[in-house]
Amino acid sequence: MFISLDGKQVHGATGAVSFEGRSDPIVVLIHGAGMDRTVWSQQTRFLAHHGFRALAVDLPDHGKSEGPVLESVPALSDWIAEISDHFGEKIHLVGHSMGALTALHAAGHHKDSVSSVSLLGVGASMPVHPELQEAADANDVKAAQLITSWGHGTKHHLGNNPTPGLSMTGGTQALIESATRGVLSVDLAACSSYEEAVVAAENIECRTLFLLGSEDKMTPRKSAQPLIDAVSAEKEVVDFSSTGHMVMIEEPDLVRQKLLAHMASS
Amino acid sequence: MVEPEFRRFDTRALHAGQYPDPATGSRAVPIHQTTSYVFDSVDQAAGLYNLETSGHIYSRISNPTVAVLEERLASLESGVGAVCTASGMAALHLAVATLLNTGDHIVASRNIYGGAFILMNHTLPRFGITTTFVDPRDPEEFAKAIKPETRLVFAETLGNPGIEVLDIDAVSDVAHAAGLPLCVDSTFSTPYLINPIEHGADIIMHSVTKFLGGHGVAIGGAIVDGGRFDWEASGKFPTLTEPYEGYHNITFTEEFGPAALSMRARAEGLKDFGACMSPANAFYLLQGVETLPLRMARHVENTKHVVELLDGHDAVEWIKHPSHPSHPDHDLAKRLYPKGSGAILSFGVKGGRQAGRKFIESVKLASHLANVGDAKTLVIHPGSTTHQQMSVEDLETAGISEDLVRVSVGLEDAEDICGDLDKALKASQR
Repeated sequence: MFISLDGKQVHGATGAVSFEGRSDPIVVLIHGAGMDRTVWSQQTRFLAHHGFRALAVDLPDHGKSEGPVLESVPALSDWIAEISDHFGEKIHLVGHSMGALTALHAAGHHKDSVSSVSLLGVGASMPVHPELQEAADANDVKAAQLITSWGHGTKHHLGNNPTPGLSMTGGTQALIESATRGVLSVDLAACSSYEEAVVAAENIECRTLFLLGSEDKMTPRKSAQPLIDAVSAEKEVVDFSSTGHMVMIEEPDLVRQKLLAHMASS
Repeated sequence: MVEPEFRRFDTRALHAGQYPDPATGSRAVPIHQTTSYVFDSVDQAAGLYNLETSGHIYSRISNPTVAVLEERLASLESGVGAVCTASGMAALHLAVATLLNTGDHIVASRNIYGGAFILMNHTLPRFGITTTFVDPRDPEEFAKAIKPETRLVFAETLGNPGIEVLDIDAVSDVAHAAGLPLCVDSTFSTPYLINPIEHGADIIMHSVTKFLGGHGVAIGGAIVDGGRFDWEASGKFPTLTEPYEGYHNITFTEEFGPAALSMRARAEGLKDFGACMSPANAFYLLQGVETLPLRMARHVENTKHVVELLDGHDAVEWIKHPSHPSHPDHDLAKRLYPKGSGAILSFGVKGGRQAGRKFIESVKLASHLANVGDAKTLVIHPGSTTHQQMSVEDLETAGISEDLVRVSVGLEDAEDICGDLDKALKASQR
């Protein structure tokens, strides 16, 4: 589905279920750095068939959305709030990694736009390894390899994907390789320069769900704790053992169930 | 300097796609000999059928044992996914049927397996899909043969039986410049010898029956989805980029991105055409994949000895293997295949057809049969077997002379293999 924001074409997957004629609550799923909507392929169709209008967005200059790429987490969060304005109603937010920071900031600073927030692979800060940033700046495939390598838990490096025949690491790497040149570099810089996560968490008033991997090397589990502590609103923390940063790919069934229960009661 | 950390090839050959069975602790991949899977609830069943959730429904579409092999092959080839099939030919058909429609066209190497040639030259035209065959050594020929209705470029990494070495980088550049994917049959090379995706291939096809399985005990095939081809930018593949009514108007690129081909091939191709791999065969083939690195290294080593024997042998007219300096692709093979250019070779027996026949009838250790990639050394005379349905003209075009003997070098002691071939060659001249 395409919508228009500020004259720019914005694309999102709806699980092949049209929004037309439906009044179900809207959930917007926000991908991480260098990725696109398809990282939510294990959740979008499920939510679209379970009482939500699901919109897995392509952030500007990602996937099929028009650019330019947005250079900071606050700018991304303003853009997300515009989606709420576009539909004229509050939205549930689900974000992963950079998308989690975006959702967090939106929940803290655009309270009238957000019904609930779910944060996957999130930390109070997201420093980027200088060699990863360097590789991304150079559009070197090594950047995709490093994220893929660090992004999956030890167990899931070998696979055992619940989706028959698909390789978790292969899919992640191909997805990041498909990003528009230069976009990953901007995204990573946006992550590493964002310093307002704890303040945003303190401002949150909606129900908040944390879905965290015990083997997350991109945003180690301990880095999420300051955020968890800062949220005074109703919150739930779910820890996934043997799971890395790509929680929604590594544990798709549990993530689906947790998201559904969280949003249904928000 | 920081480097990505992935399990190495040999480790993935043994472990990718599988963890010990949580219910029993079984270390080996269990054979899930079942047709179907109990649903937890009506809602869960609906979700599976609707591609909202993942899991197994019916073993024609997916099976846990087969899925381990699929994920393992995807891992070894650095792809995003794989779909296993009943045979290598079923894999080729699955790739074609998933991507092409009536009126579409293929540009293919002329030096391919006889069965694949027959499929493209005689069978697919009945369904409105035509093929132009070109010299695999000339990327320009691929370019010239591409028409507006072309949808696929196809070749073998190592041709059959002349072992023509495909310049994958060059041919993939030609295909991509025309907005087309390159599908390669990597049966002779296996992921141990080359990673075609790194060289630009988009789809890899295998007869898993051959070196991957390695023991001549089970038939199977696979397509591996590289996940790098931009189907939407190409605009030529409505099966992936437009809503599919057969699955509630799902658009596969929209929902599954890099894995669009894998998902459509399973959701439509396996489900509707039904050429699935059996779980027992997947188990047998997995045993072979586990030792692929060890076996291929030995296959290649033994091939060196056989090439040395045949080189300059009094009863040998010519020899075709990329490791031999006389092979037209010798330099290309050195670049693309640093570990060796496979264990299939062909040669001409002095004395032509009759001498070739006598050679075949004189081998004692090597087996005369229609297969390659077995642990045991195999010999065949393609002109009277694998390629016998081709006309003399087509045989000549494919580089198959009447004296040609193909050898698939096995894992026996190299001295025994060479001794057997040497004695049979001498017998052929009497």
